[in-house]
Amino acid sequence: MTSTILQTATRLLMPLLLLFAVFLLLRGHNQPGGGFVAGLVVASSFVLYAIAFGVDASRRALLVSPATLLGVGLLVAVTSGIPAIIAGQPFMTAQWVEVPVGPAAVAVGTPLGFDVGVFLAVVGVVLTIVFTLAEVSLSEG
Amino acid sequence: MPSAVIHIAVILAPFLAAPVAGWLGSRRRGSRIVAAVPAALAGYYAYTFSVISRSGPFSVTAAWAPALNLSLAFRFDGLSVLFAVLITAVGTLIVIYAGQYLQRHPDVGRFHAVLFAFMGSMLGLVLSDNVLVLFVFWELTGFTSYLLIGFEHDRPDARRAATQALIVTGCGGLALLAAGILLVDAAGTPRLSELMNAGGLAGHPLYVGIVILVLIAAFTKSAQFPFHFWLPNAMQAPTPVSAYLHSATMVKAGVYLVARMTPILGGASIWTGTITVVATVTMVMGACRALLETDLKRVLAYSTISALGILMLLFGIGSAPAVAAGLAYLIAHACYKGALFLVAGAVEHETGTRDAALLGGLRRTMPRTAIGAALAAGSMAGIPLFAGFIAKEQFYESVRLASLPGVWSGVLVALAVGTSMCLGAAGFIAGIAPFRGGSMITSAPHDAPASLWLGPMVLGGIGVVLGVLPALAARPVGLAAASVTGVVSPVTLVLWHGFNTTLVLSVLTLAGAGGLFALRTRLWRLRWPQAWHAERLYSFTLAALDAVGRRVAPALQSASLRSYVLTVVATAITLVTLALAADGALPSPRRWTPVAVHEGLLAALIGAGALTAAFARSQMAAVLSLGTVGYGVAVLYALLGAPDLAMTQFAVETLTVVIFVLAFYQLRGFGDLSSPLIKTRDAIVAAAAGALVTTLVLFVGASGTTSRLAAYFADAAPRLGHGLNIVNVILVDFRGFDTLGEITVLVTVAIGVRALLLIGRERRP
Repeated sequence: MTSTILQTATRLLMPLLLLFAVFLLLRGHNQPGGGFVAGLVVASSFVLYAIAFGVDASRRALLVSPATLLGVGLLVAVTSGIPAIIAGQPFMTAQWVEVPVGPAAVAVGTPLGFDVGVFLAVVGVVLTIVFTLAEVSLSEG
Repeated sequence: MPSAVIHIAVILAPFLAAPVAGWLGSRRRGSRIVAAVPAALAGYYAYTFSVISRSGPFSVTAAWAPALNLSLAFRFDGLSVLFAVLITAVGTLIVIYAGQYLQRHPDVGRFHAVLFAFMGSMLGLVLSDNVLVLFVFWELTGFTSYLLIGFEHDRPDARRAATQALIVTGCGGLALLAAGILLVDAAGTPRLSELMNAGGLAGHPLYVGIVILVLIAAFTKSAQFPFHFWLPNAMQAPTPVSAYLHSATMVKAGVYLVARMTPILGGASIWTGTITVVATVTMVMGACRALLETDLKRVLAYSTISALGILMLLFGIGSAPAVAAGLAYLIAHACYKGALFLVAGAVEHETGTRDAALLGGLRRTMPRTAIGAALAAGSMAGIPLFAGFIAKEQFYESVRLASLPGVWSGVLVALAVGTSMCLGAAGFIAGIAPFRGGSMITSAPHDAPASLWLGPMVLGGIGVVLGVLPALAARPVGLAAASVTGVVSPVTLVLWHGFNTTLVLSVLTLAGAGGLFALRTRLWRLRWPQAWHAERLYSFTLAALDAVGRRVAPALQSASLRSYVLTVVATAITLVTLALAADGALPSPRRWTPVAVHEGLLAALIGAGALTAAFARSQMAAVLSLGTVGYGVAVLYALLGAPDLAMTQFAVETLTVVIFVLAFYQLRGFGDLSSPLIKTRDAIVAAAAGALVTTLVLFVGASGTTSRLAAYFADAAPRLGHGLNIVNVILVDFRGFDTLGEITVLVTVAIGVRALLLIGRERRP
């Protein structure tokens, strides 16, 4: 079943949703948002794409396998805890650096890396489940 | 402290090198390059040894989890560094050998990676100064050993042997953990060096328990009777693994543990007595069984069990000469037994068999391998001018001096001599027999390549050097002995003790070994009585566990989601109600907030959604009604000032509906599944759960204790976490470790869901 309206809407919505997710991810430290919900938004956008264009098309649009995202997400999250060990502090103690941006300074720290890891893992988890379920169900249904 | 970080990085270097080893190991000649890592480490530890001999033992520590009083503490003393040198030096030869031995194996890269990980675990084990860190590395050696025994995991035998080794040594590992916890409880510190200085624990109420647990750990790891059976089965591993893990290093971890614990736990009769009895049984049993086998690797495996018994016995006796003898024996054994395993592998590599009954005459076609083998066999038999001779003399000397009651002293000496005879004969079978006499196997066209005979030649050569110049080993042995006995006393290792009883015993041993060797074909016809197989104990235990599981599991695991939910909810209601009832009167709500109109409407909508879901006649209606509930709750969050929760709830609800719709394909029809009686029961449980939660929420709000957490986080989040969104700062920073655990669970669930859905289906690209 293909719906032109849904497909056109998806083409328009997809970039907005992805952009919105990046926005959520980055501003999460000071405003509502964060890696978890950003991951859910990205996953939802690819689920929407799968509904409009099919699971295979959505898998291709994702570029990497959801299973890869599972591993990479966990790896990124764990890696973000290592700088603390190098600095001689307990694993996952946040490390911050002030990065000057123009006149102001932005604090960049390992929790951002951790949040990216959470983000990737959440995308991987949702899409692994939804894609597999869809493939198994639709091929039999 | 930067130098501590560097020290610890060096200790963990094999772990860091493991990925590189995995990549280079699969390249041609790559393993010769990565062998530079253990070679450099061997040099480093040899240098450390000279530092210790000048300025004494030292420790390095780094914080790991300070809140749990857990630090990465490592200690460099004579014993630990002696082991470290052995591990890295033998490891170098093994890596070179393995590259050739497994050259055509498709997974040779994986082999190298795991081998390096094992090396790191073993180094961590012997260098740990914290009993809990020691446990972690202890388990890591067991785990990497599992991967190496089961390296050829397409063979069921290899898988079974790997699992058996893991279960047996894993049980020992758990005993070690328990012992460590008790030790910390009894002595107040996890640091081994502090425990040693504090003196013995004998007399403490926990002492006997600690001793039993430590000995279970040591006996399982070092294949002592009755846990020895896993070691011969572990010969399923590729030969370099047998040489490295199952003769030179890992199986000696139990001996190391006993040596390490001697200053802390030793001296009492339960310690010495238990070790003496178990070790003696092990050494005699292993020696006898070694002569009944014809598979070269099994001959060597049983002789290793016997040698481990001897080592255990010497450290159990615990006197200064016995400890020195044990260390000398340990070095000699690592050299000759490692060499003989490598020879067995080279012979099998060239001829395709390792059956001693078939092999012979290989000295012409494999002359270099034959030289290495002969040197190792000479050492194992204890011929003068070999390291094995010195070690055996020391062994006899210590056993003769051991203070045992009455006739037992003589019995022990007799058993020691008998064991050494059998071991000598086993050495001849493994190191001489395949090469002498007429050619029975003619399919060895040429000698093994250099990387295969290098190991035996070097290890055999070391045996000769130390045999001729035993004084070279005296200082390392003395330093290591000092960390066991606590007394720094010079050890003298000499070739010639003069004409004395020990020399007579040595001559007797050699004659006996020659005699047994001559009789070997007759001994091969004998069979070890079936009833004496300790492995039956293992099979019986596993079968009993299975039987219990078959009875218990169906009762607990009905595989019905509805009954699980019912159990969980009903249990929760009961427990919470009991707790509330025990607490007496609840505070009455003090203040009712007026409900705004839109809030009331929202609540009504949620309630209506829930009721519709409960009474829905179709799947779609039920899911959509549940969606109404979910979205309603999300709006409620938004209204009550929790935008993060609201956003997440919206996203989750949307995805849930999609997943539900997809899952319908997998569900059976939405008919009447329950009788009216069961429906009534479920309704009562559901209503009770709702009522309980409502009550709890009301009373928590009314309890009047103002939380200090909100104020704390509002202050700490911007100051310490550089963020204004308290929820997110808690998630990714303050409680980041929890989040890490949660996403790990999520990932595991995703893999599980995929696996369950794809069971029995063709794999999709």
